[in-house]
Amino acid sequence: MSEITKLIHKYLRHDKKFPHVWCPGCGIGIMLGALIRAIDRIGYEKDEIVLVSGIGCSGRLPVYVDFNTLHTTHGRALTFATGVKLAKPNLKVIVIMGDGDAVAIGGNHFIHAARRNIDLTAIILNNSVYGMTGGQSSPATPYGMKSTTTVYSNIEQDFRISELAVIAGAVFVGRGTVYHARLLDSLIEKALLKKGFSVVEVIAHCHTQYGRQNRLGSAVEMMEWQRDHALPVEKALKTKPEELKDKILIGVLIDKELPVYQDEYEKIRERAKEAAITH
Amino acid sequence: MERRSQREKKKSHRKELLLQGNEAVVEGALRAGCRFFAGYPITPATEISEILSVKLPQVDGTFIQMEDEIASLGAVIGASLAGVKAMTATSGPGFSLMQENLGFAIIAEVPCVIVNVMRGGPSTGLPTFPAQGDVMQARWGTHGDHPIIALSASTVRECYDVTIKAFNLSEKFRTPVILLLDEVVAHMREKMVLDDQEEIEILNRVKPTVPPEWYIPYEDTPMGVPAMANFGEGYRYHVTGLTHDIRGFPTSRPDEIGPFIARLHRKISQHFSEIQIAEFYQTEDAEITVIAYGCVARSAKRAVRDAREKGMKVGLLKLTTIWPFMRSSVEKVLQTSKILIVPEMNMGQISREVKRVNRGVAKVITLNKVDGTIITPPEILNRMMEVS
Repeated sequence: MSEITKLIHKYLRHDKKFPHVWCPGCGIGIMLGALIRAIDRIGYEKDEIVLVSGIGCSGRLPVYVDFNTLHTTHGRALTFATGVKLAKPNLKVIVIMGDGDAVAIGGNHFIHAARRNIDLTAIILNNSVYGMTGGQSSPATPYGMKSTTTVYSNIEQDFRISELAVIAGAVFVGRGTVYHARLLDSLIEKALLKKGFSVVEVIAHCHTQYGRQNRLGSAVEMMEWQRDHALPVEKALKTKPEELKDKILIGVLIDKELPVYQDEYEKIRERAKEAAITH
Repeated sequence: MERRSQREKKKSHRKELLLQGNEAVVEGALRAGCRFFAGYPITPATEISEILSVKLPQVDGTFIQMEDEIASLGAVIGASLAGVKAMTATSGPGFSLMQENLGFAIIAEVPCVIVNVMRGGPSTGLPTFPAQGDVMQARWGTHGDHPIIALSASTVRECYDVTIKAFNLSEKFRTPVILLLDEVVAHMREKMVLDDQEEIEILNRVKPTVPPEWYIPYEDTPMGVPAMANFGEGYRYHVTGLTHDIRGFPTSRPDEIGPFIARLHRKISQHFSEIQIAEFYQTEDAEITVIAYGCVARSAKRAVRDAREKGMKVGLLKLTTIWPFMRSSVEKVLQTSKILIVPEMNMGQISREVKRVNRGVAKVITLNKVDGTIITPPEILNRMMEVS
């Protein structure tokens, strides 16, 4: 059996009504593949993984894989994940979100989960658009681009999701694209192994909605765009600022240490018990 | 000497406390086994958060202050799915934000308790004044056709008892339970005796006994409540807010959707007798019955006592269970009563339900107050004298 067949057998839900909901050529499958490979390499038990998602195309991901899976309300995945993780800290809780999910309706939860440094891994599929509802602009739609709600052109600036995560306090932030699948594998693996709030932003294409409305071509052409516009962060340091203008920086943006919420809360429990005895 | 030590020993089990309603909620929650609380500060419910932030870590529980009430209920649902009894507490504005995830807890059948200490509304309204304006919101606030359980309390002791009851019902029927308190009961202090030896029934969710490969997470049962596996215990299954089949997977098949929604309703409606709690006070021969809940029931009881002293045949039906509405209790008082008085600190919410059940049998008189002050015993007594 080839490696991929083994992984499919081990991790996909065979009793689920396939086929999946995603369009042919969608990048979400590549992200799912990278996630499964990372989980397999690290060697987590399927029982200890909780995969949490919000709403949208990316929100449909957990249903296909054989973990404890939780498909929550729009934008709220991180809040449910916070409850799961604090209630059972030995579980590995992974959160899948889209760009609208993570930084529009769920933007507040996103920055606060990062600030708190809860031990969660958030994987955000950024395809610049609300795909499932038919191609409306999202906070990640670049200025000047079209969508079904910005047919005359988007007049808003887009969020830089990874940079937002860095500023909000995430201890690990990596950005990859679905074109650079092997980089994605390693970024997700590093994020999963990091203690604290880790983020992987996955730049993906939505050729069905965003690509069609902006005449960006097929899935393949949009992935070629990712290839041509991605620049490893190490190289960016040696590049002139004007040449970085239309580039997407990929790789590890930050990897630092901060006190992790659960560890700190353990200390609070000790202090609370001491206080209970003395009073 | 020996007698004294015996007395002391006995005393150690009987704690006489001067507690606030909110404090009694905390004691009840801890007794019921609540070990997770997520919340956001809001008057007049904040004491519940503050006290649990002190007490939960002492018993290896978890308290977390979230960024808003949406997040609070999200975290509570997550903790419950992981197997820990969980609660949040809020007031009107926060309860409005919780409606989204309340619906999730209903459709995904996640046990949890939501305390709403009602204050004056709409919007920011009257943060420190009492009201009972969220009765219908508790019933229909979240979208879609759904059953709900909501309980109320009119004394500090009841805050304790009803909190335990709320956890028990939520665990037994795998559903969120709303505790609809009001500012008066939440902030009022009364003596309460906590007896450590007391037999208090604590219910826990039914876990699957079959091997994981046989587990059907949303299968129908005679009770209407499927066994619930906690995350991380070997039963990997899918939880979703989408309408799902018996395995938990999203479905758009009418033959799966219909029975699922019907079961959600049936698991509550076929257990009304366990869920519905009411107190009948001097109603046996009552020609006039007051139907009240929360702090208004206190005033109503006093008014009934005063009226009885004047020789009037009056009684009180006190509703502890607000939803599902206590149709059978109202029908019982209708056997003797020609007049029903429904005093409420809103423009008439439960009175509509009373009228619906009454179907013209008795005369239904409302007494509504929405100025941020309580309905007093003389006000109820005066209304009794006017109508008798």
